[in-house]
Amino acid sequence: MKVLVPIKRVVDYNVKIRVKSDQSGVDLANVKMSMNPFDEIAVEEAVRLKEAGKATEVVAVSIGVQQATETIRTALAMGADRGILVKTDDVVEPINVAKILKGIAEEEKPDLIILGKQAIDDDCNQTGQMLAALLGWAQGTFASKVEIDGETLNLTREIDGGLQTLKLKMPAIVTADLRLNEPRYASLPNIMKAKKKPIDEKAPGDFGVDIKQHLEVLKVTEPPQREAGIKVESVQELVSKLKEAGVIG
Amino acid sequence: MTTLVIADHNNAELGDATAKTVTAAAKIGGDVHVLVAGKGCDAVAEAAAKLDGVAKVLVADDAQYEHPLAEPLAALAVKLADSYDAIVSPATTVGKNFMPRVAALLDVAQISDIVGVESADTFERPIYAGNAIQTVKSSDSKKVITVRTTAFPAAGDGGSASVEKVDAAENPGLSEFVSEELTKSDRPELTSAKVIISGGRGMQNGENFAMLEKVADKLGAAVGASRAAVDAGFVPNDYQVGQTGKIVAPELYIAVGISGAIQHLAGMKDSKVIVAINKDEEAPIFQVADYGLVADLFQAVPELEEALG
Ligand SMILES: Cc1cc2nc3c(=O)[nH]c(=O)nc-3n(C[C@H](O)[C@H](O)[C@H](O)COP(=O)(O)OP(=O)(O)OC[C@H]3O[C@@H](n4cnc5c(N)ncnc54)[C@H](O)[C@@H]3O)c2cc1C
Ligand SMILES: Cc1cc2nc3c(=O)[nH]c(=O)nc-3n(C[C@H](O)[C@H](O)[C@H](O)COP(=O)(O)OP(=O)(O)OC[C@H]3O[C@@H](n4cnc5c(N)ncnc54)[C@H](O)[C@@H]3O)c2cc1C
Repeated sequence: MKVLVPIKRVVDYNVKIRVKSDQSGVDLANVKMSMNPFDEIAVEEAVRLKEAGKATEVVAVSIGVQQATETIRTALAMGADRGILVKTDDVVEPINVAKILKGIAEEEKPDLIILGKQAIDDDCNQTGQMLAALLGWAQGTFASKVEIDGETLNLTREIDGGLQTLKLKMPAIVTADLRLNEPRYASLPNIMKAKKKPIDEKAPGDFGVDIKQHLEVLKVTEPPQREAGIKVESVQELVSKLKEAGVIG
Repeated sequence: MTTLVIADHNNAELGDATAKTVTAAAKIGGDVHVLVAGKGCDAVAEAAAKLDGVAKVLVADDAQYEHPLAEPLAALAVKLADSYDAIVSPATTVGKNFMPRVAALLDVAQISDIVGVESADTFERPIYAGNAIQTVKSSDSKKVITVRTTAFPAAGDGGSASVEKVDAAENPGLSEFVSEELTKSDRPELTSAKVIISGGRGMQNGENFAMLEKVADKLGAAVGASRAAVDAGFVPNDYQVGQTGKIVAPELYIAVGISGAIQHLAGMKDSKVIVAINKDEEAPIFQVADYGLVADLFQAVPELEEALG
């Protein structure tokens, strides 16, 4: 079984971003970039399937600028076998990411594709679902447990009310939630080994995808800031303040 | 123009997420129809017909919609899409699951998690954990949109729309429901509660959450948690408030033993009044709190419970 893992290079989750004063976007100059945290979980799951003898090959794919190669190297150091970079300097909306990934899936013929449930920069939470639709495959989003049983995938999902378990036909799409696993740190020897693993370079045109923009960003602004509050000295004072504010009876 | 709102419900009750989504849909302009896909969901259809601003309710009552699976729901939405200019659903885990599938089948973008409607094609949405707001204009002829429900008030219930049956779509037969493990609670739901008390890693274990529950019962509050508290197994996953959990905006949010990481703030910083109880006066949660109490929670929380009488 072959597993494909799409990974995105994003602003590190510890960075507090700044909106540009001309409202054209977010200032990404000299900001630390990392693999989207949900994608680390996706890579980890794929590598564990390989270690358990269920998967034979794990292929990491990233669509983006040249530096996304570093993100692919991280996946290779975690245990993926090879990488594909679809190089573009354009903005790629999820629908176009999904179209490119569909092209890759048709070439690579994976049995399972594991994505992150959302990228923490754009917070779209769309790509996996869109890819499933384009391929006509089943989707198991927000997964906290994945079990493969022949041609079926048993999957537990995190939903608003608790947990849901589904049976999906394979091939299938899974999107990883936070509690699917705890991703490993790549060891130094594995980082060295990853340098020798192959990364293919492609372009969106290789998959016949013409990147049509569906959305235009008119502006990016700062959200309203909260005003600094006060410190109270005691529980009694807290309760009387809350009564004054009319939020408790 | 006409907008189709796809209801989020449990076959018995129409949650207020849908009522809020109707408000957003009305802002887009034109008529608003509501689709209720379920099994034995007449009561939900009736409730939807009462929502202010709804002109028509479509009901697809079929076994394949008993549990909201993405593949059949998307097939139904796509089948109905011809008659609509916009398809809208709340950004609940149900909406987030099937709506991008609808968008891809229609070959359009999805506009996720909108918090504002500027016009029929221009919307506001948060990015970077709510630290920036993007205004986007869509050039798609059909819009597929999910709505952040905390940003819109619920539509009233003075309406009387007509209710019409629609046929089910062909089931793609890709997925099957097995079981569900729902957290049972007599307390209000996190996303609609007026008061929330949340605990973090500082709570130390699941048993200690009983202290928060006692306060919650006095305030009619829901109980939430940080990711750290969920990851540590103190409470179930559906308690998680934050960028990648639930987005809440109650009248009062009490954060206990929570440091205030950006990912947590993203889920609660639109609350009207925020209280933080934390023993570390440098904790970032105090930067967003209206009332901060620097104290040991194991002392402060029981005191709070007592003070509430
Ligand atoms: C109009 C517009 C303007 C934009 N402008 C900019 C800009 O100026 N600069 C900028 O950096 N971004 C910009 N973006 C964002 C960029 O296009 C996003 O990467 C894209 O919208 C995908 O959204 P997401 O990452 O939130 O996807 P999600 O659907 O949240 O991602 C889910 C999963 O899909 C997979 N995935 C997503 N993207 C990729 C990828 N590229 N390669 C491999 N796997 C992937 C990952 O597994 C990820 O976990 C813009 C977006 C739009 C819509
Ligand atoms: C991709 C990604 C997504 C994430 N999504 C979310 C999300 O949706 N929601 C979320 O919450 N987090 C999320 N996180 C995690 C987030 O970054 C933080 O790690 C998390 O919020 C920390 O939880 P905490 O505040 O409970 O724990 P800590 O940061 O450990 O804080 C515990 C606090 O308790 C205080 N404390 C300890 N003992 C006491 C005591 N006796 N009395 C009073 N105070 C005490 C401490 O002073 C400290 O401030 C996400 C992270 C990533 C990478």
